[in-house]
Amino acid sequence: MSRTPNQLETWGVAVAALVILVVLPGLNAFTPVASALHISDFTINLYGKYLCYAVFALSVDLLWGYTGLLSLGQALFFALGGYMMGMYLMRMIGDLGQYHQSIPDFLVFLGWNTLPRFWLPFSSFPFALFMTIALPGLIALIFGFLAFRSRIRGVYFSILTQAFTYAACLLFFRNDLLMGGNNGFTDFKFLLGYDLRHPATQRALYLCTGLLLLGTYLLCRWLTTIKFGKIQRAIRDSENRVRFSGYATAHFKLFVFVLCAIIAAMAGAVYVPQVGIINPSEMAPEKSLEVVVWVAVGGRGTLLGPIVGAITVNAMKSWATRAYPDLWFIFLGLLFILVVVFLPGGIVSLPERLRAAWNNRRRPPEESSDLPLGPAKIGAPSADHS
Amino acid sequence: MSHPLLSVEDVSKTYDGFKAISDLTFYLFEGELRTVIGPNGAGKSTFFDLITGRARPDAGKIEFGDPAKPSCDLTALNEYEINRLGIGRKFQTPSVYVDHTVWDNLMLSLKGPRGVFATLFHRLSSTDRDRMDALLKLIGLDAKRDWKAGRLAHGEKQWLEIGMLLAQEPKLLLVDEPAAGMTDEETHRTGELLVSLAGKHSLIVVEHDMTFVRQIAQNRKVTVLHQGTVLCEGGFDDVQANPKVREVYLGRGKPGK
Repeated sequence: MSRTPNQLETWGVAVAALVILVVLPGLNAFTPVASALHISDFTINLYGKYLCYAVFALSVDLLWGYTGLLSLGQALFFALGGYMMGMYLMRMIGDLGQYHQSIPDFLVFLGWNTLPRFWLPFSSFPFALFMTIALPGLIALIFGFLAFRSRIRGVYFSILTQAFTYAACLLFFRNDLLMGGNNGFTDFKFLLGYDLRHPATQRALYLCTGLLLLGTYLLCRWLTTIKFGKIQRAIRDSENRVRFSGYATAHFKLFVFVLCAIIAAMAGAVYVPQVGIINPSEMAPEKSLEVVVWVAVGGRGTLLGPIVGAITVNAMKSWATRAYPDLWFIFLGLLFILVVVFLPGGIVSLPERLRAAWNNRRRPPEESSDLPLGPAKIGAPSADHS
Repeated sequence: MSHPLLSVEDVSKTYDGFKAISDLTFYLFEGELRTVIGPNGAGKSTFFDLITGRARPDAGKIEFGDPAKPSCDLTALNEYEINRLGIGRKFQTPSVYVDHTVWDNLMLSLKGPRGVFATLFHRLSSTDRDRMDALLKLIGLDAKRDWKAGRLAHGEKQWLEIGMLLAQEPKLLLVDEPAAGMTDEETHRTGELLVSLAGKHSLIVVEHDMTFVRQIAQNRKVTVLHQGTVLCEGGFDDVQANPKVREVYLGRGKPGK
């Protein structure tokens, strides 16, 4: 019964992966600019951003939709991943900055002439990549350990995560953190020796993001189908039952929380070289709220939902912020309310709903045949026949 | 007399000044089926909470003794550690995973490694499958194994939860009002199931329904709780005849269904 939609999803994902990873970059690279089929560098860059958001949204859904942990501070990890990558990119500017010094401009501006010690290893790309995973992972581990050990749940957990990201945001606004203050990092030049302004570099980044999304999707799909994923959903639906069945639910929640922090951080790390800037506003509370809206709009508790939601909402945002810049947040709020009230399963539940409605129309009301399934059984509680 | 499986000695628990349990002493021996009755607020659920680690006593000792091993102090352990010692609990309101199939509900409860990483690489063995098939037959949900547990009738959920408990292969089962919300016939069959488990497992059953208590207690010991402490213990008929018990409980004109 549940196999068909699953196969459908596999086919859908395969086709989407082909389009995202082969067709779109191919059209960008190999068609003449004048051609109707051509996809501009701007568009590829924009799509790359959407794909980052999709990975980010998956991390929120794995927490919220599958484990019942509504984090309102997930953007913290996204931004931290971005900052770690940003530190590397800042080092790669070399002496091409405004002040033509070997250290980043903002440090010169703050009166430094040598690099602060903690900046030193970020000249190495592997180190920056490692920190992209390690720092957000470690912070999630400590935060999660304390929160889950104290059995902070539900709204309290959400509020705490929101407060945490806000605190981090205020911290990063400070110049004396030596992380660029409110301007953050920008004006990047090179990544692994490649010019970031070159279309081929941006296309490669787009491809990396597409692969990251595919990888994350497959990882989540594997996780949610095995026993681990079943425990995850069991915790969401009845944590006490799980705990009283001998599982340390806090360990499971901690594992998911750290994993989702790392996924969000990786999304942030590929996001920053594509948008060319990272600053503390990325950790502002509303960023985390926005991603929750994408997940809700797309359909939480499904794996396609967050991807569809992130892309749809952001595509709408790109259009609406150009057409009606002042009305975007009102529009977003309205969309959220409409989905919650009229389509709780999100966009991905739409086909199922339409089919149900269509079937109801074609088949006049009929006794639902829930009751006797298969041959009558002996020894079964007889609630069916009462 | 042999060493008790569970010994609860002089245990007290106060919630906001209300003495839910006071100086309660209770012993259970291996293979025993003990029925615990008592009026509302007698402390029956708190009693289970204290044994399973959901609440910690303010005073007293709770020990779980495997005859082979030294006994464990349950008051120092939390819920999942206590469960792993072999104490399974069925909640008063059926508590199953509504979004999972009946089969998965049992699968998640099967005895086995409980760590995070164990669940990443878990595979069902054929012994596990056979065991689950047998359990499904026992609880009468064989034909509904692929149903989502949320679609089951109330009584079936109760049975499923008992099945989930059995899948854990516990030494001691704590069963809180198993017959709540069941028809008379279902209640009777639940009673038969519980009686058949005695001996292989040890059970403590909390129940309100006197017909049901009579059925499962037969000539076994019944414990009456009142105001957080043991009012009396004895055979069902003795307990029923006890004037104190009649006064606090049975005398309220509520002799079962």
